[in-house]
Amino acid sequence: MTYRIVVDFDLCESNAICMQVAPEVFEVRDDDFLYILDETPGEDQRAKVDEAVQRCPKQAISVAED
Amino acid sequence: MRSVTIVGASLAGMRAAETLRREGFDGTVTVVGDETEAPYDRPPLSKQVLAGEWEPERISLYDSEALADLRLEWRLGGRAVGFDAALRSVTLTDGERLAADGVVIATGARTRTLRGTEDLAGVYTLRTLADSLAIRSEFEATPQRIVVVGAGFIGAEVAATARGRGLEVTMVEMAETPLERVLGSQIGQVCAEVHADHGVDLRLGVGVDSITGTDRVEQVVLSDGTRLDADVVVVGVGVIPNTEWLEGSGLQIDNGVACDETCLAAPGVVAAGDVARWPNRLFGQSMRVEHWDNAIEQGMAAAKRLLAGEGAEPFAPVPWFWSDQYDRKIQLAGRSGPDDEVVVVTGSLEERRFAAVYGRAGRIVAVLGFNRPRHVMQYRRLIARGASWDEALEFARSQP
Repeated sequence: MTYRIVVDFDLCESNAICMQVAPEVFEVRDDDFLYILDETPGEDQRAKVDEAVQRCPKQAISVAED
Repeated sequence: MRSVTIVGASLAGMRAAETLRREGFDGTVTVVGDETEAPYDRPPLSKQVLAGEWEPERISLYDSEALADLRLEWRLGGRAVGFDAALRSVTLTDGERLAADGVVIATGARTRTLRGTEDLAGVYTLRTLADSLAIRSEFEATPQRIVVVGAGFIGAEVAATARGRGLEVTMVEMAETPLERVLGSQIGQVCAEVHADHGVDLRLGVGVDSITGTDRVEQVVLSDGTRLDADVVVVGVGVIPNTEWLEGSGLQIDNGVACDETCLAAPGVVAAGDVARWPNRLFGQSMRVEHWDNAIEQGMAAAKRLLAGEGAEPFAPVPWFWSDQYDRKIQLAGRSGPDDEVVVVTGSLEERRFAAVYGRAGRIVAVLGFNRPRHVMQYRRLIARGASWDEALEFARSQP
């Protein structure tokens, strides 16, 4: 089963916690915007992605199961 | 382990509950909470909820389906009034005793009030949804003058939100600059200027003598004799950890529940969030952290600790929080102090978009950002691996 990262960019305020938890998946760049480096990361990233979802201060990240 | 009682139904307690289930714990989980609302998120209380932009439904921590999936036994609207650590038995207001194999203490903290003002209408502190909605309806009744006591993060956010609603705001702070004891006077000065730019009348280096009024608040009397007319007063002068119910429990209480490096307070008893004090190995100091993110991370760590038995990892995070004020996002990672060396590593104080690092005893101990989230996280990583002060400055020089 694969999963896909969904970010609500209307909610995202670039706190960059997700980048700290899962740097292979999320990056906040110098323009202060969040970039998703890998929209469909593997299962090896799943625990980190789940933690990023929980710790996003704006609850802007979710995971869609495909 | 077949049963766990979680005392406290806010962020730390709920993340602990969620982690127990995620880690495969299949036993009974009972959650005790003194508020009647389902668990909610507090940061918006001083921002979007107070501003009238969000309704309370929007800050629920879980939808009903997600909550049902956790299979929790609830004791809401009551309170824990006693505890026996040896028996892991929690006594509730109605006399019920809950004994369990494991206990998570996550009772948080409550706001400090100004003595003698508790019964005066129009004077508030801000911690709960009920507080936020009460202050909001005062704001909507078009008051003339708001006085905020304390220029810490809560006071600053309330002031910013009130200004956003077009209200007249005076903020009173005992220190010579806001947040001086946390951020030092140089950065505190920047915070003061941001408020002044947005039309807040800031009174620094002065305390509050009394708050007067017959039926409701009329004036705030300052220690220099000034009398400020006030329709609404919001007091933000810190919090007190909720540990009274643990007196005589066998746990050690020292401005919070004293835990070991792994959040364990006694066999089968862990603590997390605002109420927990533990030695953070990374900083070589005992700390109690009142941040949103710590409630999550420590709630998760405490739950894992309970399940792990022996050989648990020490809990040694870099504490982090944010504060939204006007159009600034302020973030602090680490433990800064007023006597630390402070170096601006990107941007400038004048444009109020910068990152500054704090150094102490040859180490980088904190990073502060004004609208610089990326940099805060970069330096937070250095702090997490115990980087030296020289290394941090070298890293700063290597950045374009």
